[in-house]
Amino acid sequence: MARLSLKNICKEYPNGYQAVKNFNLEIADQEFIIFVGPSGCGKSTTLRMIAGLEDISSGEFKIDDVLVNDIESKDRDIAMVFQNYALYPHMTVYDNMAFGLKLRKTPKAEIDKMVREAARILDLERLLDRKPAALSGGQRQRVAMGRAIVRNPKVFLMDEPLSNLDAKLRVQMRTEISKLHKRLGATIIYVTHDQTEAMTLGTRIVVMKDGVIQQVDSPQNLYNKPCNVFVAGFIGSPQMNFLEAECVVSGKKAELKIGDVMITLPEEKAEKLIRGKYDGKKVIAGIRPEDVTLAANNAKDNVLQCTVNVYELLGSEAYLYTESGTNQLTARVSSATDIKAGDTVTFELDTTKIHVFDKETEETITN
Amino acid sequence: MNSSLSKSKKRRTVGIYIFFIIGSCIMIFPFVWMLLTSFKTVGESMQIPPTILPNSWSLDTYKDALKSLPFLALYKNTILLIFWRVVCAVVFSSMAGYAFAKLEFKGKNILFAIVLMQMMLPSQIFLIPQYKMLAKLGLTNSIFALVFPGLVSAFGTFFLRQAYMGIPDEIAEAARLDGCNQWQIFSKIMVPLTTSSMAALGIFTAVFAYGDLMWPLVVNTDINMMTLSSGLATLRGQFSTNFPVLMAGSLLAMLPMVIIYLVFQKHLIEGVAMTGGK
Repeated sequence: MARLSLKNICKEYPNGYQAVKNFNLEIADQEFIIFVGPSGCGKSTTLRMIAGLEDISSGEFKIDDVLVNDIESKDRDIAMVFQNYALYPHMTVYDNMAFGLKLRKTPKAEIDKMVREAARILDLERLLDRKPAALSGGQRQRVAMGRAIVRNPKVFLMDEPLSNLDAKLRVQMRTEISKLHKRLGATIIYVTHDQTEAMTLGTRIVVMKDGVIQQVDSPQNLYNKPCNVFVAGFIGSPQMNFLEAECVVSGKKAELKIGDVMITLPEEKAEKLIRGKYDGKKVIAGIRPEDVTLAANNAKDNVLQCTVNVYELLGSEAYLYTESGTNQLTARVSSATDIKAGDTVTFELDTTKIHVFDKETEETITN
Repeated sequence: MNSSLSKSKKRRTVGIYIFFIIGSCIMIFPFVWMLLTSFKTVGESMQIPPTILPNSWSLDTYKDALKSLPFLALYKNTILLIFWRVVCAVVFSSMAGYAFAKLEFKGKNILFAIVLMQMMLPSQIFLIPQYKMLAKLGLTNSIFALVFPGLVSAFGTFFLRQAYMGIPDEIAEAARLDGCNQWQIFSKIMVPLTTSSMAALGIFTAVFAYGDLMWPLVVNTDINMMTLSSGLATLRGQFSTNFPVLMAGSLLAMLPMVIIYLVFQKHLIEGVAMTGGK
């Protein structure tokens, strides 16, 4: 398998549009890297540059220390699984999988062995004589994976491979891909806009926005320690609550004034705000829905009164979409609650889980 | 209520059948008339009021037609004309269509606009310049002269470009990653995926080449280098025409097209559906 190094990679189209700006990333052997971000953030363009399907405008792309900027796709030893599978409609499943090997003049017996082995792994043995038109979405997806596997490439690229599948099959295939990664020990780069896929599959996640990397980190760190408002809002569903606040410092104590309510921050978070001289400045307080709980009757500190707009039942739990003044707040509560839309509720915020962001730069002050 | 419904449905079906039977009769009538006339004498064919059936079923007119024209040469020329026009149209149009649909190069849009312009101009405009060109090269009265205007097909380029555009780019990209070069993408992936369109183009080209009269008449004046259509045209006299012989010749000339139709019936119907042509 392979190490990949992307240094100062940029993609600029002839009309001047910059799709990817100064992309820097080192990918270790056997890593499962996820590129995630909203539509148009440059994640697929980056993947296509890695595949050699798009020219790199500037920067250096190396595979195992070999500069491959000007090397043809076919000579990069990379396999790709496309969003719409891109199977050859006129070929059978067997021929689809064997095509790349035939072009590389692999002996017939070896091709047969490799195709049948891949088919066995992906449970495609019964379908080898069928054409893509006679397969279901999930089966086509597995054939696309098989076509990549048989070539035993240095790197696997996957461009939203599950987005055309139904929800149930998507969950199933997610597990399959995860198993496959462990089994093959391959370096995989996976593009998605589905954060569940990103969080469950990736060893590291690259969050992108407008062609710029926002943060590269493990799924856990991205969730718990986002580097800015965008990442904090993008990772997590429902997204993190953002509340307009003012920082009030008195001695070694720092509080956030949200509306008329004062929220006292723990010592270590307060210290960062004091050191950053945020006293009297506007900041953004971020808190995830699971860190907002219904307050006990006698709770007085760090509580916020809100009016429930929508009650959304998910089975074992429910989401309360509420508002407090100009702020919107979502809370995850037990489904056993009898709260309904229009009720006034008091929430307690877990201050150890509060994130504070600079209002101007939107960068994280403290997590 | 059910029976009245089924009765009205039956009436409608019968009405539709009658409508289509009348339509079919109108379409078939000229061919039947041609067949019957080919067995008549000259006098019978001009008789007023006309007779439907000939007095005697004689094959003399066919013998006369075969004597009047070198049918073997005409068949050979027509078949060669159709073969080369079809080969050139399909091969060159598929290459050009692929380039216009899937490759990026400077001036692509302008070049394609020129191709479209050629489609919009009547072919008669090119008749004299093309003839002069061939005459100067001393290439008249040859098979090449017959094929010449069909070496490239603007319609074919446009038609196959549309077919290639319907193939997702990802398929070509997957082939690139699998190890294909540009030629292999074209030959191993794109061509097999557009065979129906190519067959349709081939059949249309064959039909048009078979029916082409003006160009073969202008460029090949030697009877042994003529096609069936231009050869038949020589049977028409300035002052009188032997209609039974002309009809017999026309029936003999129809044979290749009938065979082509019977062999490629499925593709022809698909092609008509594809292009919306008729």
